[in-house]
Amino acid sequence: MSKLVASVREAIEKTGLKDGMTISFHHHMRNGDYVLNMVLAEAAAMGIKDLTVNASSIFDIHEPLIEHIRNKVVTGIECNYMGGRVGKAISEGILEKPVIFRTHGGRAGDMENGSSKIDIAFLAAPCADNMGNCSGKYGPSACGSLGYAFSDAMHAAKTVVITDNLVPYPLKDTSIDEGYVDYVVEVPQIGDPAKIVSGTTKITRDPVGLRIASLAAQVVKHSGYLKDGFSFQTGAGGASLAVAKYVEEMMKKENIKGSFCMGGITGYMVDMANKGFFETILDVQCFDLKAIESIRENPKHQEISAMRYASPAAKSAAVDSLDVVILGATQVDVDFNVNVHTDSNGYIMGGSGGHSDTAAGSKLAIIVAPLIRARLPLIVDRVLCKSTPGETVDVVVTQRGIAVNPRQKELKEKLIKAGLPVKDIEELKQIAEEISGVPRTVEMGDKTVAKVLYRDGTLLDVIKNVKTI
Amino acid sequence: MRRTMLFLPGNTPNMLINGDTLGADTVIFDLEDAVSPDEKDAARILVRNTLKYQAFPNCEIVVRINPTDTEFWKEDLKAVIPLKPDVIMPTKVSGGDMIRQVSAYMAEVEKDSGMEEGTVKILPLIETALGVEKAFDIASSDSRVIGLFLGGEDFTADMHCKRTKEGQEIFYARTRLVCAARACGIEAYDTPFTDVEDMEGLERDTEFAKSLGFAGKAVISPRHVDIVNAVFSPTESEIEYAHDVMDAIEEGKRQGKGVISLRGKMIDAPIVKRAQQVLEMEKAIYGGACR
Amino acid sequence: MKIIKNAVAGTLESSDLFIQVEPDDEELHLEIDSVVANQYMDAIRAAVMKTLEEFHVTTGKIFIKDKGALDCVICARMETALKRGGVEES
Repeated sequence: MSKLVASVREAIEKTGLKDGMTISFHHHMRNGDYVLNMVLAEAAAMGIKDLTVNASSIFDIHEPLIEHIRNKVVTGIECNYMGGRVGKAISEGILEKPVIFRTHGGRAGDMENGSSKIDIAFLAAPCADNMGNCSGKYGPSACGSLGYAFSDAMHAAKTVVITDNLVPYPLKDTSIDEGYVDYVVEVPQIGDPAKIVSGTTKITRDPVGLRIASLAAQVVKHSGYLKDGFSFQTGAGGASLAVAKYVEEMMKKENIKGSFCMGGITGYMVDMANKGFFETILDVQCFDLKAIESIRENPKHQEISAMRYASPAAKSAAVDSLDVVILGATQVDVDFNVNVHTDSNGYIMGGSGGHSDTAAGSKLAIIVAPLIRARLPLIVDRVLCKSTPGETVDVVVTQRGIAVNPRQKELKEKLIKAGLPVKDIEELKQIAEEISGVPRTVEMGDKTVAKVLYRDGTLLDVIKNVKTI
Repeated sequence: MRRTMLFLPGNTPNMLINGDTLGADTVIFDLEDAVSPDEKDAARILVRNTLKYQAFPNCEIVVRINPTDTEFWKEDLKAVIPLKPDVIMPTKVSGGDMIRQVSAYMAEVEKDSGMEEGTVKILPLIETALGVEKAFDIASSDSRVIGLFLGGEDFTADMHCKRTKEGQEIFYARTRLVCAARACGIEAYDTPFTDVEDMEGLERDTEFAKSLGFAGKAVISPRHVDIVNAVFSPTESEIEYAHDVMDAIEEGKRQGKGVISLRGKMIDAPIVKRAQQVLEMEKAIYGGACR
Repeated sequence: MKIIKNAVAGTLESSDLFIQVEPDDEELHLEIDSVVANQYMDAIRAAVMKTLEEFHVTTGKIFIKDKGALDCVICARMETALKRGGVEES
């Protein structure tokens, strides 16, 4: 038998793609992904309509989606994150049906429990053999972990692997195995390597960001979780990665040996593990070249699926064993609810990703963000979109003070005792408004453009359209 | 307490607005070197407005004005003095006369804006060979002078020598400044460490400055603040000892003892004074919550 | 004060604003583009008008690109632009 087909078109034909079906994609190619556009262009050319696109994330490179929506090739979108380009069009109401937002764990869980059905999964694979064994670790478009793609391969009715690096059978180091794969297609390029990963992920040089990171690290230290066996997750952007730097200094000083670090992995976290600060790296996504090299070479560096990472449908997931997570926010409200879906004007420009999964699973969820961004106060009465429920958020760290969720009484006492600038969240809001003035509340339209599902599949919030003038 | 004095460019709104959140005890709004000649007007107005409308509850404010041989310094003072910055930093100070000249003009502006004369203090930046030689003259020139601050870069240029990380070339200037300041009962503040990336070098340089008697150090990068603060902060054992000293004094008073000793050592006036300073710093740094 | 020549002030960096002023004998023409227009346009306009009144400027063209500047920054940049482009009227 041969699974190898000559073209994307042939693969689409063989899978029997029809009007009204749901097709899925993973986002490990990030803003360098060619595969989603490639498949949709082909489907459009074949006259297929009414598709639902379930992509773990949608980036700016997927802008052609907008045209496919206009032409009714695509009539439904489900994702965990959506960049600003497509987000703007969605917010302006281009799509009839609301977008379904899930979390990384929730997407895997919903596929597992059958509430999210995929007809055909198209898997961008940086290397694959002719039977569909594939991996993200090798090849010109290497992306490292293929963590988010596992659920798609396992649960889709049909799975097509699309690769630009076909190797002889059997691929020596397989992530997703042939048992799940129906067809394999070789194409010239599955992505733009320069945009798949960054060369190196650098720690912010913004003084305010560093200040916030330093305060957040103090919170970690005085929370009591920073001891042998410590587990930690932090993002790659803004102040988040800088927290790792300060945490590392503390671990070094006090000779603390951590257990694991997790999440989207950067070279910085790899270095920390290599220096012995963490035993294991649990990697659902690589952010830079160093992380990719490490996941290829280093046995301590494990690829994990989105299920293992965060699925609430699994018997347990790694987030349940996580001590501390550092997360960002565009808005936080006085009840500690966090918005990472929209900007302050209500335009979609993000999504939960693993935000609410890790906040829920971890023992200590810390939000780091500047109290004011270009005049806009971080803290509002009511977030424009509830991405992560306030019950799961423990601390908000800004450059002008630290707010502790009132249900964390003991933690609050500890931080005050350590001399940290602990303030009520209302007080932080007031400080920001004294500096910036009280912002006028943004009024949203009446049309629901997106539904935000919590990790357990329940409806957490809806996003309304933006009124355009 | 001025462990750290952080320079902020006077024409950058984002830095000025967030200046008090960066952990420095003092921030210096710079109208001099950080501002190009054709933006002097803009920076002056911006700093003035920032002082007028923003509260800086967490730190002391210094404004560095342009040198007295330029056309800008009087305008600088006229703009900022009415907004009561804590301190004015004149630059390239090479003698007491220059301080008296600045102080006299400050008095004029203070009077015009209904302020008490002498409200705003002076921290002279000494960065010439003549300035170093006249350090005592400068320190004792005017009651506004609260300290002396060494500028190593311009000084070494004036000395025709190379500025190095080891700092042999500024050793004399450092000790001379500390001695002149102490002789007048005021503090001395050290020149910034200019390699923004070299944190170990910064720590060594700061430890050395502290060992010479400097009370604090200027920094040109916010990333230097934490290290310099840590070096100039009392250690846990120093705080502990200071509390013990004060406890022993209390206990001695209660028992009516004339001579009080602690750990077999007599506690004399300088030890008490030092203990009080440490406890004041403890309060300022930790809110007194350490013990 | 009267605007007699073209002048600029400020920058396009975050928390700053960029202002261009041009002479106009007839009327006041004000154009404001701001990243925080939804939340703060009234405040921005008020800060601009306040500075114009303070310097008795009644005519001229003023173009503003705001990157989330606070009122005190808006007033500072306005004052700088006016002083650079204007003269006192006797």
